[in-house]
Amino acid sequence: MARFLARRIGLALVTLWLLSIIVFVGANVLPGDVGRRILGPFADPRAVAVFNHQLGTDRPILVQYWSWLTHALRGDLGNSIAFGDPGVSMLTRALGNSLKLGLVAFLLVVPLGVLGGIVAALNRDRFLDRLITIAGISATAVPEFVFAILAILIIGVALRLLPITATAPDGSSVPVQFGYLILPAIPLVLVLFGYIARITRAGMIEALDADYTRTAVLKGLSYGTVIRRHVLRNALLPTIAVVATQTGYLIGGLVVIEFMFNYQGIGQLLFLAAQKKDFPLLQAGVMVIGAVYLIATLVADITYSLLNPRIRYGGAD
Amino acid sequence: MAATTIDQVISSPRVSARGERLGLLWRSPTFLVGSVIVLFWALSAIFGRLVVPHDPFQPDILHGLTPPSPAHWFGTDNLGRDVFSRVIVGARGILTVAPLATLVGTVLGTSIGLIAGFFRGLVDDVLMRAVDAFLAVPVVIVGLLALVALGPSNLTVILVIGIVFTPLIARTVRAAVLAERELEYVQAAQLRKENALYTMFVEILPNVLPPVLVEFTVRLGYAIFVTATLSFLGFGIQPPAPDWGLTIFQQYIYLIGGAWWPALFPAFAIASLVIGVNLVSDGLVQVFGKS
Amino acid sequence: MSQAAAPPPVLDVNDFRLSFRVRGRDRTAIRGVSFTVGQDDSYGLVGESGSGKSTIALAIVRYLPQNARITGGSIRVAGQDLVGMHDAELRKLRASTVSMVYQNPGSALNPSIHIGKQVVEVFRIAGLGKDEAHDQALAMLKKVRIADPDRVMERYPHQLSGGMQQRVVIAMALAKNPALLILDEPTTGLDATVEAEVLDLISALRREYGTSILLISHNLGLIARLCGRIGVLYAGRLVEEGSCDSLFADPRHPYTVGLLRAIPRWGMSKTQGVLDTIPGLPPPVGANIPACVFVDRCGLAQDICREKEPPLFDLGNSRWSRCFFYERANLLPVHEPPVRVRAPRHGEAQTLIKVEHLNKTFRHDGQSLKGVVDVSLVIRQGEALGLVGESGSGKTTLARVLLGLTAPDKGSVLEVEGHALIPVIGQRPRDQVRALQMVFQNPGGSLNRRHSVRRILGRALSRLIGLVGRARERRILELAQSVRLDRSLLDVWPDQLSGGLKQRVAIARAFAGEPRLVVADEPTSALDVSVQGAILNLLVDLQAEKGVTYLFISHDLGVVRYLSDRIAVLYLGRLMEVGDAETVFTGPHHPYTEALLSAAPVVKGEQRTRIRLHGEVPSAASPPTGCVFHTRCPRFIGDICVNVEPPLLEVEPGHMMSCHIPISELRKMQRPEAGVPVPTERTT
Repeated sequence: MARFLARRIGLALVTLWLLSIIVFVGANVLPGDVGRRILGPFADPRAVAVFNHQLGTDRPILVQYWSWLTHALRGDLGNSIAFGDPGVSMLTRALGNSLKLGLVAFLLVVPLGVLGGIVAALNRDRFLDRLITIAGISATAVPEFVFAILAILIIGVALRLLPITATAPDGSSVPVQFGYLILPAIPLVLVLFGYIARITRAGMIEALDADYTRTAVLKGLSYGTVIRRHVLRNALLPTIAVVATQTGYLIGGLVVIEFMFNYQGIGQLLFLAAQKKDFPLLQAGVMVIGAVYLIATLVADITYSLLNPRIRYGGAD
Repeated sequence: MAATTIDQVISSPRVSARGERLGLLWRSPTFLVGSVIVLFWALSAIFGRLVVPHDPFQPDILHGLTPPSPAHWFGTDNLGRDVFSRVIVGARGILTVAPLATLVGTVLGTSIGLIAGFFRGLVDDVLMRAVDAFLAVPVVIVGLLALVALGPSNLTVILVIGIVFTPLIARTVRAAVLAERELEYVQAAQLRKENALYTMFVEILPNVLPPVLVEFTVRLGYAIFVTATLSFLGFGIQPPAPDWGLTIFQQYIYLIGGAWWPALFPAFAIASLVIGVNLVSDGLVQVFGKS
Repeated sequence: MSQAAAPPPVLDVNDFRLSFRVRGRDRTAIRGVSFTVGQDDSYGLVGESGSGKSTIALAIVRYLPQNARITGGSIRVAGQDLVGMHDAELRKLRASTVSMVYQNPGSALNPSIHIGKQVVEVFRIAGLGKDEAHDQALAMLKKVRIADPDRVMERYPHQLSGGMQQRVVIAMALAKNPALLILDEPTTGLDATVEAEVLDLISALRREYGTSILLISHNLGLIARLCGRIGVLYAGRLVEEGSCDSLFADPRHPYTVGLLRAIPRWGMSKTQGVLDTIPGLPPPVGANIPACVFVDRCGLAQDICREKEPPLFDLGNSRWSRCFFYERANLLPVHEPPVRVRAPRHGEAQTLIKVEHLNKTFRHDGQSLKGVVDVSLVIRQGEALGLVGESGSGKTTLARVLLGLTAPDKGSVLEVEGHALIPVIGQRPRDQVRALQMVFQNPGGSLNRRHSVRRILGRALSRLIGLVGRARERRILELAQSVRLDRSLLDVWPDQLSGGLKQRVAIARAFAGEPRLVVADEPTSALDVSVQGAILNLLVDLQAEKGVTYLFISHDLGVVRYLSDRIAVLYLGRLMEVGDAETVFTGPHHPYTEALLSAAPVVKGEQRTRIRLHGEVPSAASPPTGCVFHTRCPRFIGDICVNVEPPLLEVEPGHMMSCHIPISELRKMQRPEAGVPVPTERTT
């Protein structure tokens, strides 16, 4: 078991390292002349050269990468060009906010999605199943900003159920903060619901059709007991594995939602960085997001292995 | 020499499996509804310019932000342009970029998936680590970074989305290839000393095409989603194209003031197109999924 | 005179009809089946794929898919009508009266729950308290001869071997002391010796508990071993019924006759007789059959068979047959043409393949596992060498090494016709690639579903011989003819062919390059019984015609004996015995061979003395010391077996054996009069 853990963490680190290379290439190699890109096509060449020197982008690529990597390992992700502040502090603050929003969305969508999937599977091919499946597909298909517009219009403006801004007044307690985050979370919930419901449904159906379910039924147990005791634990395993990968879509959606609700999270930060062509900040931000995702999948992987006896306890005697 | 013996009667009930599946497809309501929607927008993309009542680019400031009326079915936007015409013509941008991007991703992803799944071992490990690295960051964000670095243009958007989709598709193809690889016909090919390229592309690829096709339609829906989002953020299709995402970005501030039509109709257009594509892919999954 | 009311039969199926609703249409699956199983009876239901036997089993416990419709008849279990039962009554029935054991015990157990909990659950349903249920569960596990039941209770299913898993399932099934135990292919997938143990266990337990048994299988030998009565099912109809003894001795329906002719009777070899086939395919589920269900494939069919369905004729003595011509059933004309056989030549034939000190070690995660250990043998030209062994024996590994699909350890010597055989196929010259080919076990997977038959054969020809154009087309036709494949089938996809036909294509492909050696890995295991005969005959024919050599791998000893000239027996990667088929099979032979032979379920022929092996095949990762078989050997003689690995010696001309017991002793021990050794409980 410990070997397994070590292996997984090792793999995650390798992936993170590969990601750093990809991101570095994207932020420093693709643009070609970074200084020119930032200052624009009309800037004076000498100004561009000075700027490049300040940024350090006139050094050889490998030197740049090495410098960036060593700084990053020490916790220094460079300074934002646009804002001047060190990247790490900006990112940490923004990340904190985004995590709150993400958490609210998660707490809403996971129970909803899992429940939807279970109900759909138990009513397989009947009306309720079709309804949930189609609703899921439709919801997944619509981009978050569309839902955001509808949500703002309907819930915020017309029905006045929830506040339109996402940011609670300063000094509010955590529950109040979460309350303000519900409206922005709704588009995220709607988009993710379909996928989670679908995976749960598939897992349930596979478990319902399995031989061990037949054994349980033929023992004379009631249907409800069979579902509770025998089916659910096997059905929900694949869902756990998949829910973690949803963090990817969640974070992607954050960019749009934070933009629309003017919420100071990491999505908005990256968007502003992109607008201002702030490559150092972009680079740092993407790495942070990548790290968050890898941690999430690692946790999910470990949870899955702990819960799945086949992996936890190895093979035959 | 023994006489030839026919000891089977296969033909009649076992009409070719493929024919049976196509028949099922036609009868699937999800597939049909989805196809109708997609077809409608495809036709709009191709012929839209010819049939719309107004010129989508012609401003008419005096009549800006008028609500829907018999003259303007969807009303006018802030510059007085007919929203309906813009919505219809706007299909072209997104229906050019997204399918091409998905195609790029599918071709690249299938090749990588084939190689990783066939060779396994070290090659597989390395490729999959790289794939994982790409998957660690959401599409939209990578898209942002790449488009900032390269400058937004339609071609860039296509390439960026295509390359970012490659890992996703490679994953699925690899899984299918791993399963196929265990089948004995691959060993039979080895016993003929077939080389790797032949085995991958002539023996295995035809058998993983159904999942590839399904992947394509699933990713297409997502590609439309991402293209619209990137345009909304200003990094995708550029003005003055009447692109839906872009339009929404330009027009949604007027929502608060009560002018809901310039933003909402393009939003519905996006929603309907993606739903349509997803229904089509769902229909395909149901029929071809367990091949 | 007062009559005591006779207890109702445990199972009474009366004119039961069932259909499936598929895409809006009703497809008949069971067309009116009637049979009864009384107290203490054991009834076997035999049928091939599509006969409906599993459907009947599921109908008896009412665990049918949603689209199943019961269209007529009744099923009564212990007097209660099953079809109209309410849910609560059904649950009670399942909890106390009927149990089911089916194949694939691994998937029948919940992978996420301890074994202990799953067994205890049965007792809790019966109303026992926690502690009592636990004790009973422990006792039950002991009863099914699981050593160390405490530890097993703590384990998860995937940590047990197949045999143990099936024993747990049997424990759960008998825990409630049911009146009826249904077994659906309970030993498929289990090793022969493990299968024998499980069957003995079932026999013993059922006598102890007084449970009636319904055994469903395609394997006639299995049914002969366990059951008193048998019913033959074809296309959802019972076509013959009777006691096992009388039915096997004197079948009275053309289908039964055909089935019995398709399996090699015990002791039969290819020189002694031809296996027969039943031509055609069973009707697909749901087909509309107005007359006799078997008419399309019956060699005795007359007009009346096509007009009316024959009723069940009472032949007396509880024998029934659904055939107008039951008196003449045995006169069913043989379908297969006579087969030429090459008489085996002893000793003179030249060596084709030489293997010396072959070792193959697998390394995984730091552990090494020896798949094949120091195997040396010779395959002579024109012979058929049968490779026999259970899981972990290394027979597949050996074949793969020969074919170059996996590289042997250094120091292994492989030669073909005196020339060194290059270990990896990617580096072999074309003539060596042509020379060794294979027919796989699974015909469905061995043909590329996206290539037409013509393309499959054509590619083999162009790749192995370099034929193109007209010459290749001609050769494709010849190949098809040689495996009796009609030329109209050349342009179809494999999916459109039946299993037997697919296998013919696979054989044609293997022979395309005019190989010297063809490895046949379980070539008929995935096929229906009625089709096996044709394929085996084809293989014999091809050998006679082309003089090719076979390496024949199978777990079915009857088939091996039929086809092979010489036999090699493997256990845990080591060669235990090699010799002429006749010699090895009649004896004296290695104790392991002895156990294997006694484990094989047979329909007719010599009644084997029952040797029961204890325990499972040891793990290859940590094999026993000395003679690897000593932990299970019924003829274990002492410390020498534990400490010294016996060398492979020629104990008789042409007969090699690896055993410390001299052959003269074995000859005395293994004579029928010598009696069966009592297996001792041995701790490893």
